[in-house]
Amino acid sequence: MIHSEYLILVVGMGLVTYIPRWFPIFFLSRRRLPQWFSEWLDLIPVSILSALVFPELVTSGNPRHLDFSQPQLWVALPTFLFALKTKSLGGTVVVGILLFWMVGKLL
Amino acid sequence: MVEIPASTKENGDPGPIAKKGMQAAWPICLGYCPIGLAFGVLAQKAGLHPAEIGLMSLLVFAGSSQFIAVSMLSGGATVLSIVITTFVINLRHVLMSASLAVYLRAVSRGWAALFAYGVTDESFAVNLTRFRNGNWDWRQAMVLNHTANAAWIGSSILGAFSGQFIPAGAFGIDYALIAMFLCLLVFQLRGSLYTVTAIIAGVLAAILALLVPGNVYIVLASILAATFGVFFRRLARIFHELLSRDHEDGRATGQPQDVDSEAYLNGTSQGPIPEDARKDGHIRGRSK
Repeated sequence: MIHSEYLILVVGMGLVTYIPRWFPIFFLSRRRLPQWFSEWLDLIPVSILSALVFPELVTSGNPRHLDFSQPQLWVALPTFLFALKTKSLGGTVVVGILLFWMVGKLL
Repeated sequence: MVEIPASTKENGDPGPIAKKGMQAAWPICLGYCPIGLAFGVLAQKAGLHPAEIGLMSLLVFAGSSQFIAVSMLSGGATVLSIVITTFVINLRHVLMSASLAVYLRAVSRGWAALFAYGVTDESFAVNLTRFRNGNWDWRQAMVLNHTANAAWIGSSILGAFSGQFIPAGAFGIDYALIAMFLCLLVFQLRGSLYTVTAIIAGVLAAILALLVPGNVYIVLASILAATFGVFFRRLARIFHELLSRDHEDGRATGQPQDVDSEAYLNGTSQGPIPEDARKDGHIRGRSK
């Protein structure tokens, strides 16, 4: 059923996806990291999360352009405030979904 | 230990590992299901068999690259060009695994290799937040990874069979992952330095996203922002040490400068909730 070319494709995709996930865990978890590097790693999560979510909110289209009119952005403000206030992950997800749904109904 | 206020509220109760891991995974699953369904529908329309779709979700387990692979496939791209594109898109996981590695010291190589398979943007963010709060175990993290994985594989196969009956964007579920990232970002804002770094990362990412096609902007902006952050932290430390040295000339008391400047940088001197201070203490202990 599955073509051999397709099999090569997904195995190749799997490998190039897996190696970057595995390499740092294999090499870094047994090593003492230099101070500057662990300070740097300490700031990586906050940077990645911000870099993942912010462009989603303020850009749209392909090629991307600046867009401040998306409901994603306007729903993000109360959702963010709710997260700040309650620090509840589940609650934030539910509130975000509900607000986004309501905005979608209104537009 | 500090429990993050998620779906579970039983403080200190060890509980079954599987249950905790699965409970922590639900926002991820909620986010994955509509995307997985959409992927299944799209892949099926591009001429892939449900078994082929499930196999890709199983072997690759990385949403955006799978969407791109399918659209490249229907555009007639070569295997090599799809694999290279996949590599570039998923390279960002290097940074995530590097951050998680610290918490996997006690884990055997084999289990660590299995864990690595489940590192995604979402599982990374939830696991790291929980590890930092201190009441998270690699086994729970593993359960979380594989629960999310099962949701992804299951929903993409389901999409391949029946996705066309589910309307796109039903009930605002598309927003689940953005809301989750926003809340996890809030968890990471543990002081002024983190907030400044987050702002730099966000603004840089948006600028780079406009200038560079693809999603390299995530890696580039994160690396640059974290580097700026380390630079600021060092600068502030030097500055603060100079200041406290001036103070000590007058007082001659053996102030523990290090703790002082760290507290200043982490924003604990501005009086956030005491939980945060304890969390910071925990991390500082680990990183030294």
